[in-house]
This record gives sequence, C-alpha cells and structure tokens, in this order.
Amino acid sequence: MASEQPRKAVLQASESEGATAGGAHVGEGHGSAPRGMLRWLLTTNHKDIGTLYLIFSLSMLFIGGIMALVIRTELFQPGLQMVQPEFFNQMTTMHGLIMVFGAIMPAFTGLANWMIPLQIGAPDMALPRLNNFSFWLLPVAFLLLLSTLLMEGGGPNFGWTFYAPLSTTYAPPSTSFFIFSLHIAGISSILGAINIIATILNLRAPGMRLMDMPLFVWTWLITAFLLIAVMPVLAGAITMMLFDINFGTSYFNAAGGGDPVLFQHLFWFFGHPEVYIMILPAFGIVSAIVPTFSRKRLFGYASMVYATGSIAIMSFLVWAHHMFAVGLPLVAELFFMYTTMLIAVPTGVKVFNWIATMFRGSISFEPPMLFAIAFIVQFTIGGFSGLMLAIAPADFQYHDTYFVVAHFHYVLVPGALFAILAGAYYWLPKWTGFYPHEGLSKWHFWLSVIGVNLTFFPMHFSGLAGMPRRIPDYALQFADFNMLSSIGAFLFGISQLLFLVVIVKCARGGVRAPACAWEGAVDLEWSVPSPAPLHTFEIPPQTRDGQIIR
Amino acid sequence: MPSRDHAAQQQAVARTVRRTLLALVAMLGFAFALVPLYDVFCNLTGLNGKAASQAKAAVAMEIDESRWVSVRFITQQGQGLPWTLEALDEQFRIHPGGQYSARFVFTNHADYPVRGRAVPSVSPAEGSLHLRKIMCFCFQEQTLAAGERRELPLVFQVDPDLPEGIRDLTLAYTLYPVMTPSSAGDDGAENSAGGET
Repeated sequence: MASEQPRKAVLQASESEGATAGGAHVGEGHGSAPRGMLRWLLTTNHKDIGTLYLIFSLSMLFIGGIMALVIRTELFQPGLQMVQPEFFNQMTTMHGLIMVFGAIMPAFTGLANWMIPLQIGAPDMALPRLNNFSFWLLPVAFLLLLSTLLMEGGGPNFGWTFYAPLSTTYAPPSTSFFIFSLHIAGISSILGAINIIATILNLRAPGMRLMDMPLFVWTWLITAFLLIAVMPVLAGAITMMLFDINFGTSYFNAAGGGDPVLFQHLFWFFGHPEVYIMILPAFGIVSAIVPTFSRKRLFGYASMVYATGSIAIMSFLVWAHHMFAVGLPLVAELFFMYTTMLIAVPTGVKVFNWIATMFRGSISFEPPMLFAIAFIVQFTIGGFSGLMLAIAPADFQYHDTYFVVAHFHYVLVPGALFAILAGAYYWLPKWTGFYPHEGLSKWHFWLSVIGVNLTFFPMHFSGLAGMPRRIPDYALQFADFNMLSSIGAFLFGISQLLFLVVIVKCARGGVRAPACAWEGAVDLEWSVPSPAPLHTFEIPPQTRDGQIIR
Repeated sequence: MPSRDHAAQQQAVARTVRRTLLALVAMLGFAFALVPLYDVFCNLTGLNGKAASQAKAAVAMEIDESRWVSVRFITQQGQGLPWTLEALDEQFRIHPGGQYSARFVFTNHADYPVRGRAVPSVSPAEGSLHLRKIMCFCFQEQTLAAGERRELPLVFQVDPDLPEGIRDLTLAYTLYPVMTPSSAGDDGAENSAGGET
C-alpha cells in the first residue's frame, strides 16, 4: 500500500504554483522554464502536454456538443424548423468527426501523457519533442476542419464515415481540406502512438515487468499498436479519395472500373479497430478505479490483459459487419456475424472481472467510482445492442436506423466519455492538488446519467420502429421519442457546463489532497506528491510487483 | 553510471521507433496493396458482382432443359450523361447452357455527340462467375451522335454449373459519361464538347 508521504525526495515548496516553479529542479540541467504562452508552445514536459491535450479535447467536446444540440433542436419535432437539410448534414458529419478524432481520441492521449510515465515510474515520455509536435498538429488539423464550414459549398456533408462516391463524386469542393485535416490528425495520433509504445517498452522503472504494469498502461500499449496498424490504412483510403477527386483516378469510381464497396472495406478495416481504440483505454481507466474504491485487488489481472489483447486481434476480423446490407455473399455474412459475436466473450470477461472485483469489496461511491459503475452498466447496454446488430439477418432491419445511433452512442458517450470523466475525477487531485468539489461532482454525475439515458434510450425504440439516421425531418409517429431525446440532449449538454465549473474550482483550490488521494489506490502515481511536481521519477524507483521497494 | 544507462535506454528507444516506423510503412503499403488484392479476390470469387469485361467465345454447352432461370435486365441512369438506356427484353426465362440475345436501345437526348459507357453488375454476385457474355455493348465505350438512337445486342450464356440455389439473375447496367482526356484520341473534338455538360 502507498503511504501518504512522498517516497521520493522531490521537495515541493509551494504546491499550488509547483508546476511553474518546477524548472529549478536539479538533474535535467536546463534553466528555468519559459513562462506564459511560450511555455505551452515549447513545452516538452509530459504533464504540460497532457494538460494541453485534455484542454483541447474538452473544447472539442463542447464544439461537437453544440453541433449535436443543433441536430437535436432540428429533430425536436417533425418538419424543417431551424436549419436547412444541407446544413443539417454538415452538422451530423462534423459532430461525428469532431467527437471521434477531436474529443475522445485526444482525451485518451492526454490521459496517457499525464499518467503513463507516472504509472511506470518514468521521468517523461520517451520522445518529448515529438510529443510537443504531435499535440500542436491537432489544433491545426481541427481549425482546418472547422474552417470548411465557412467555405463555398459548405463543409463535409457525407456522414463521418465519408463513404465514396458521396465523398468523392458528389462531395462539396471543401472535401480536399477535410482530407488534409484528417491526414494531419492521423499523423498526430500515429506520432502519439509511437511515443507511447517507446515509453512503455523502454522506460519502465527497474523491476517492473510487463505483467506488473497497471491496466491503463497495458490497454494503452495495445491501443497504440492498433493505431500503428490502422491509421495508415485510413491515410491510404483518404489519399485514394484525394486522387479520385483531384487527379482523375478511379479507385472508388465505378465509371472508371473502380468499386465504391472497396471504400467501405478499407474504411471499416480502419474503422472497426478504431472503435476499440476509443474504448480500450476506457477499460484501463475503469480497471484502475474499480479496485481502488472497492479496496480490493483487481480480479483476474492476467485475464484482463489477455482479454484486451484478444479484443484487439479480433477487431481486424469483424469489419464487414458494418456492411451486412451492402450485398455480401452468405458465407461472408456468416463469418462476420460469428466473429463479431465472439468478441462478446473477452468483453464479457472484462465486465465479469469488474463485477467480481466489486463483489464483497468495501465500496465507497466517490465521483470517479460513480462514473466507473455507470460506465460498466451503460457500456454493457451498448454491448448488448451491438450483439443484436451482429445478427446479420436482423441487421437488415436495424441498418442505418436510430437503433445504430443508440448503439454506438451508448458505447461512446456513457461508455468512453464516462470513463474519461471518471479518469478526470480520479486523477484531478494528482493534477491540481485539490479534490474536486464533491457536491457539484455528484450533481454533474446524476444529471449526466439522467440526461444521457433520456437522450439515447428512446433512440432504440425510434430505430426499431424504422426511423432512419442522418435525416433532418421524420414521420409523425417518431415525434414523441425524438422530443424526449432532444430534452435529454439539452439536459446532458448543459450539465457538462457543471464539469467545467468543477475543473475550474478544482484548479483554484478546495480540499487539499495528500500524495495518495484515494484510500485504496496502489499504483505508482500515488507515490508522488499532489499536485505532481513538474519533474517526477528523475531517479527511477526500484520496484517489485508494481510497487516501489526503496 | 546513470549516463551509460541513459545511452543504452536511448538506443533501445531508437530501436523501438525504427520498428514502429517500419510497421507503419508496411501498413501503408498494405492499404494500397489491398486495391489490387481486392480486384484479384473479386475476380476469383465473383464477390463484387463484376462480370468479365471481355468477350468470351461461345461454347457448345449441354442445355439443361429441366431447369429454368429467370434473367432480368435493369438499367440505371448515371449522373451527367444525357442518355437513356432501355432494355427491350426486360426478362428472360432461360435454360442454362443455351445462347440468348437481348436487345438494348441507347438514346442520346443531347443535340451534340456524347461519349459514354454502360457498366455492368450482376446480382447475386456469385452468379457473375457463371455468366458468359459473348457479345456486349458494355465491353466498349460508345459515342452517340446528336439525337442518335442505337440498338445494341447482348449475347450471353449461363453455365449449367450455376449453383442450384440461384433461380434469378439480375443484370444491371449503369450509364456513365466518359470524360477522360486519354479517351479523346479518335474523336476528341466532339467528345470534349460533350464532356463539358
């Protein structure tokens, strides 16, 4: 167990301003850190870069969230009230792209930057300058993407999956800018992944074997390998789109002998591992939080690692379940149906391990634990609707309906996003030195849970009743469900402002947190002071079984 | 001592980075290799319903009189081509092995010559491997003069080894304009005029 005093002789004179004063530390041999804007622009410190990633991701969450609210406002009742269908399509597309590539993925990278070096006892990431570069690519990419909304012909309007020929032959002129922004964002993720792999494989504290690593580190290592494997495929596919649009090639153009279905294969060969890229780190966060607040060791550590690995490997064998309705032969439908259902096995192992960890634990319900438990329950709902969608013959009814929208929002919002929120509440004491305001955090939690379920649960029903996705207007019989969804969306959206308030309050002050902020927490990050000084583990700690021994 | 450790660690990091970069390049290559691989895979299995793009010789096959297959023709208008394509014989009831001829009518509604092409697709896709086209307008691009109406044949056979489960074959033809500069070789001037639409 971690004691409450710092084990390393890192002296922190003033905790609240410790970060900026940290440049004077001995060992690295550089002068005082630059201040103001330049500090953030030039920083190579994993904690600063982690903070930048998290702030960027939070702002993208709000931008994407506003787009979601535009969509829900239009869908509040049937008929066209607020926006034109062309703009509506741009909103659905941009909402998806921004949430996937701008909010969820950078949030996990930010958490990785902050926590992986702390959890493995490393002084920093393996490639600190590259780390700075991969962060600053992101604002460039998303400014470029957002600027397409102001261009002639509008922004991308073909859905976040940008199927050809909608995204090639029939695309707005701004599509090349969309492709470039995705290239830049993709390079950023790839560089981040290289950095994370290099850090985890080479910078672990002496004595820490791979199987001693906290699960957040494990899940991120596997996620980083997924990124290395599939981001190039996305880059290839969008490059082919670029060629089709600008240079007259026919990769996806049937008129020139190409095949639009090839695009779907390429996209989902990237896209399915991509959805696990957005959930595996969430599994890691929950696997850290559940044992802490159950005051027990994680049940089945090794099986968690193997389950994560098998989910990652199997993610390459299921892509065509997104394409059941495209006209696959029976053999392919059966193959992809069975492999998809098989993924429920390792995922079930994880869910049961979390439950077994909580079983007969001494549970307390602090905000991180609330979000983690909500994650387990709601992610499982999303998993079950995923199993329904995996049934090829049934999928013909569900395909492209709001049932699909309900499914992937359940795994991404009350799933991935809740895990990120859980992680933020869990590690905020380590980041700021103060506990987040408990009352406000719990209000945030309960309003979010009610809002998110009010938004997405009725979508199951409107979807089963036949409401197609990506439409600005709909038949009268879906009106009640949509009204509920819209009310829920505004409740959920507004309650995220509470999260902002909690963070700002927490950064400014509150109840002071000791080094080990949570009673049952055992990982290495809890052995450094709170807030974590700018430089930690400059001399690598000796560890055994994942714990510091001297 | 820490500096030697540090150097060894930096070397290990460099090795990891080299390997991941190699994996990256390999995956990028794989993405582009998927394009020809997909074509080969589809040609072998007929999975994407693309019929052969070259004429096959008519062969004398045993006509399976005990079996009926219905062959349906549908035509689709592609964007940007002022043509219509009509199947005069919308549906055939055929015996596998026999040789049949279907008539199609191309009409150019523009008052200038236009170059275009009909791209075929067979459904169910497995059927495309058992369809033998002996003569088809879809093998070449066509140029129609202003207002021209042209009747063109499709001569085809269906292999008797067509899988038992297939009782219907649908042949879809989609019209596309031909606008690539390279195709402007023989009648370039009029073609480029038509391509502007």
